Amino acid sequence: MEAVPRTKPRYSATFDPHAIAEIQRAAATGIYDIRGGGTKRKLPHFDDLLFLGASVSRYPLEGYRERCGTDVVLGTRFASKPIRLKIPVTIAGMSFGSLSGQAKEALGRGATLAGTSTTTGDGGMTEEERGHSDTLVYQYLPSRYGMNLRDLRRADAIEIVVGQGAKPGGGGMLLGQKISPRVAAMRNLPEGIDQRSACRHPDWTGPDDLEIKILELRELTGWEKPIYVKVGASRPYYDTALAVKAGADVVVLDGMQGGTAATQEVFIEHVGIPILAAIRPAVQALQDLGFHRKIQLIVSGGIRTGADVAKALALGADAVSIGTAALIALGDNSPEFEAEYEKLGTAAGAYDDWHEGRDPAGITTQDPALAARLDPVLGGRRLANYLAVLTLEAQAIARACGKSHLHNLEPEDLVALTIEAAAMAQVPLAGTNWIPGKTVGL
Amino acid sequence: MRVAAAPVAVNEPVVFDLAAAGLRALNAALAGLTATTNQTVWRVKNPRGEHAIAVGVTAPVCIFVDGPVGYYCAGMNDGADITIMGNAGPGVAENMMSGFVRVTGDASQAAGASAHGGLLVIEGNASARCGISMKGVDIVVKGFVGHMSAFMAQSGNLVVLGDAGEALGDSLYEARIFVRGRVASLGADCEERPMTDEAAAILAGLLRRADARAEVGDFKVYGSARKLYNFHVDHAGHY
Repeated sequence: MEAVPRTKPRYSATFDPHAIAEIQRAAATGIYDIRGGGTKRKLPHFDDLLFLGASVSRYPLEGYRERCGTDVVLGTRFASKPIRLKIPVTIAGMSFGSLSGQAKEALGRGATLAGTSTTTGDGGMTEEERGHSDTLVYQYLPSRYGMNLRDLRRADAIEIVVGQGAKPGGGGMLLGQKISPRVAAMRNLPEGIDQRSACRHPDWTGPDDLEIKILELRELTGWEKPIYVKVGASRPYYDTALAVKAGADVVVLDGMQGGTAATQEVFIEHVGIPILAAIRPAVQALQDLGFHRKIQLIVSGGIRTGADVAKALALGADAVSIGTAALIALGDNSPEFEAEYEKLGTAAGAYDDWHEGRDPAGITTQDPALAARLDPVLGGRRLANYLAVLTLEAQAIARACGKSHLHNLEPEDLVALTIEAAAMAQVPLAGTNWIPGKTVGL
Repeated sequence: MRVAAAPVAVNEPVVFDLAAAGLRALNAALAGLTATTNQTVWRVKNPRGEHAIAVGVTAPVCIFVDGPVGYYCAGMNDGADITIMGNAGPGVAENMMSGFVRVTGDASQAAGASAHGGLLVIEGNASARCGISMKGVDIVVKGFVGHMSAFMAQSGNLVVLGDAGEALGDSLYEARIFVRGRVASLGADCEERPMTDEAAAILAGLLRRADARAEVGDFKVYGSARKLYNFHVDHAGHY
């Protein structure tokens, strides 16, 4: 007699395997999950946009032959010494402490080879990164760890960090296992304790105070250096407008795909908005105030390819910034270390426990033996190669759209594959002239 | 053979009229001073509550500001001796590296915020978050301090001759807090500690340097209980 057919096991879309595992883990440990990196959920992103390319009404430029400029000047509003970069791709702020000294040096070397800037992070400026970075942006953070007048004056620009895309409204925590004697000394704290980074600045609150803080920083540095204001993408129109009002030279807008050294998973995945949804409101604020292309906009969060760079610039940004991608270029999550990732309970391509300090690639660690695995010279070369590819890819697209400079890309060059992306990027759904919320479609 | 030091010339103060010459001119002039300058005494007239006065001074000069100041006066001071003849706005002597700052009146919020070194003396009261995130500075307040003073204070000493507001020393690291008056409440992980000989000596030295008339024995000292130094879920309710 044949067995009665049984319903095959059916997994819930709501209580999917990940959700169930997280409930089980929470019940066992009583603590939320902390990890590094940005959001891992699928979001409307640059992949949902396409360039139209040249056609009868647009003629292209010859690849590799006709010039397509890539340079960008940042800080033209007030600074007497604005930053001049060869490419519109900068390296985002990442701290010494979160990263090894070798990794910071490699970032500086790579950025310098490519003709762009790199950025300090929470914890101050190291000699390695100052020495190997032709153009170094000094972050001014709520914790003020390592903040000092000498470093402020030897920086090329100052970035006031209000928030970051992975955790708008959140501070940070560098867990004790990464607090080496050197990290502890730079932060004026004991070794081995968890070091909290405040979520708001100790001596100013709100845009009116920020204006005065910017005045102070300019007075401290003789009005020479561009002052950036970095915000996590949440209310991009108003944050950009208020940064303009406060006197910023540059606005840095970081989407929720942007990475963090260590934050609660629930924060990373549920606070903030994707960079695709943030760029146009920020550009609109600059346009409404008459400052588009006068105050520069740098966007970040999930930049991977030259296509992403080109799309961000076409939507109105002046430059982009990369963090996670730069670490991957150095060797983060390399298959070379697959066996060691397995020992850590993860896999190459999924490793995100950057806060634990056990990075097999020697990047997000303070363990001397692990850190020694990263050759800063080779790492810098790899980063420079990657930056060159990003630039070449963006140029290839721009030439196909008939643009002699990356900054000539414009929203009109783009269409969207989904209604969501069309609404967020404010470009037409492909094959229509419909921009949700803007126009009545065909 | 010992060579006698050259006689030191007594210089006339440099009188700077801020209302007439402007902030940029003042700070540029002060920034241009070297360690061997003979313009060692400055008097800033008509400050009129302006912000960012005398910030980032690295020369060992004396600066007298003749009146109340706005935000961030003496910010990032690194070696100068600055006296504010009046009240100070938020963030006076913020992130001071070294030197001496005296406020003859009251100070607004976040006095001495994140300062790494030097001595800040406030003759009157200080508002909320005095000494927030302090990183080695010594602060003496002869009056009261507001709520959340010494919040996340990392190192250095805060001396309060009057009372302290709510949540004193919340999330304290290794800074010491001395209070002579009443403490409205202690913040998370802040506790009263024994007045050791070392602590008493530090307090006595600071009272002397601040020209404060008070007895060491009248103070209590507070420090970190160090229970929150490494996050543990069982302490979650303390945050």
